[in-house]
Amino acid sequence: MSRNISETRDVILEIENVNYTYYDDYDNHVEALQNINLSVRRGEFLSIIGSSGCGKTTLLRLIAGLDKPETGKLTLNGQQISGPDPQRGYVFQQGGLFQWMTVEKNIATGLKTRRVYRQNKELVAHFIELVGLKGFEKSYPHQISGGMAQRAAIARALINNPEVLLLDEPMGALDSFTRADIQDKLLELHRENKTTMILVTHDVDEAIYLSDRIVIMTPRPGRISEIMEVNLLHPRHRGSTEFLHIRRSILEKLHLASAMPQPEYII
Amino acid sequence: MRNLTEILPSTPLPEVAEEKQLRNRTKIITAGQWWFNFALTLVGFAVAIAANIFVKQVANVEIKTYTVAGFNLTFNTLYRLVTGAVILLYMAIGIFSYFDPDRRAKFTGRAPFRFVMGLVLAAWDISGTKLLLLPQPFFPGPARILEPFLIEADFILENILYSLRLFFVGFSLSVILGIGTGILIGWFSRVYYWFYPVLKMTGVIPAVAWMPFALTLFPTPFMAAVFLIVICGWFSIASLTAQGIQSTPKSQLEVARTLGAKTLYLVCHVAIPQAMPQIFTGISNATGFAFTTLVMAEMMGQPGGLGYYINLSKVWSAYYKVFASILVMAILFSLIMKIIGLIRARVLRWQKGWVKE
Repeated sequence: MSRNISETRDVILEIENVNYTYYDDYDNHVEALQNINLSVRRGEFLSIIGSSGCGKTTLLRLIAGLDKPETGKLTLNGQQISGPDPQRGYVFQQGGLFQWMTVEKNIATGLKTRRVYRQNKELVAHFIELVGLKGFEKSYPHQISGGMAQRAAIARALINNPEVLLLDEPMGALDSFTRADIQDKLLELHRENKTTMILVTHDVDEAIYLSDRIVIMTPRPGRISEIMEVNLLHPRHRGSTEFLHIRRSILEKLHLASAMPQPEYII
Repeated sequence: MRNLTEILPSTPLPEVAEEKQLRNRTKIITAGQWWFNFALTLVGFAVAIAANIFVKQVANVEIKTYTVAGFNLTFNTLYRLVTGAVILLYMAIGIFSYFDPDRRAKFTGRAPFRFVMGLVLAAWDISGTKLLLLPQPFFPGPARILEPFLIEADFILENILYSLRLFFVGFSLSVILGIGTGILIGWFSRVYYWFYPVLKMTGVIPAVAWMPFALTLFPTPFMAAVFLIVICGWFSIASLTAQGIQSTPKSQLEVARTLGAKTLYLVCHVAIPQAMPQIFTGISNATGFAFTTLVMAEMMGQPGGLGYYINLSKVWSAYYKVFASILVMAILFSLIMKIIGLIRARVLRWQKGWVKE
């Protein structure tokens, strides 16, 4: 199942023959990832889609360095990934803002851990402005809405100027209006910063709306079944024929289309 | 004609509902109600003063006159002065509260209790000193309790300072040690393995059980008492700190690690801040234990302190002095608790509005 990425494209992240198995307390093992091969191009917006349990979050955690693959290797710019690093920013499902820090301090975290806060104080204000949180600098996370918290989490990851931004269903817990708002914000950030983005999602529309390529994964064992190019111009319209066509084919790949209820009778 | 309420929709508009909810949080007190409660607060204490002045001294109690700073005072006059000061204080608080709906509600809510407090003082005064109905010398009246401050104010002050010094040295040491060891036990599994059992076993022993050792092992009684206070505070603070550190959500640590955090940052800026609520629970528990140990230690072998003063007075059956010491303790310890509460509110201000309080 090896895929040929056109050699002219610059590869930033290479995933080779990665396997990962979970063991639970009862010695059952779940093959979360089986023989994963994937090359991520510099500056692209890549989505990983699949039903729950297909290993997409596991894959993202391996890229982040939060877990280590059982076999195989992951390299970023030719260097093997051995642990978490601010150059691979990670936005968690629930944002994971530190409750005891103000929005401003949350966003400044990366500068402080790298001990470059003093020289770059103005960056904090810049990123607060960038994600539209001006006026909420001194608020605590529980005082702002879920969408705002998620934007703060994105700013917090971006302030480290990461080479890759990993997004683990960041819009999963948000209502559809807020979700659309953050999706546009992500596109805008992607266009302006040229950061490579890898998004894990189970929302097909979201994946098509945002991505240059979509990786479709299937569960048990978790493996890549297909990689799809989305060659639509931005801004994309969710109701356009091309959009719906891609949507249909993805759903088919996910075996969802065939599972749709058939009419019981035909007139 | 139909009633207006029948025509209007029964459910109020969302904005209105919200406003109503806001208003429900604090009861609105009208100016009239405020006046009534203001008077109620003051009347109770006024009754206490009146009882002291107008009820005849029936029982045979010696009323000595002391000269303090040029004034001739008996315990009765001092009692009237103190109660008068309480009235002035509540008057000031009351007037201050008038201008803020929250404070007004709070002041009004406490008025009945304060009124009854005044009446209780009056009843106690009459039955304790005026008529000697209560068993004597165990229950002197409230006025009589103030007499020690006329007799030996400087000696009492000396003992207060001794207690305070003992408390602050012992308690701050136990906080520092408790939080320090708690963090190590909570973070490093090896430290947990070796030291947590020790903490668990020694922690259940009441600190005063170490008294014989403390008194012989330490060169001064002061150091012995500090040791006891440290022991009793340390366990509570260390175990709760360790629990707090251990309950750090893994996800929060992962977030920090993807942002480039190393161990020192993870401990100082993730684990400790999120353990702060538990650490403060430990500290408040420890405060209570420390008061107990402090007074016990003082009663059993200290050259000063409020416990020592109690012991000294007990020997002479001067129970009014015992009560005076208890009164000072009540005020002093409440103040210390209040200060710790304020520090807690400041440190945990990020929780405000997030947790149920």
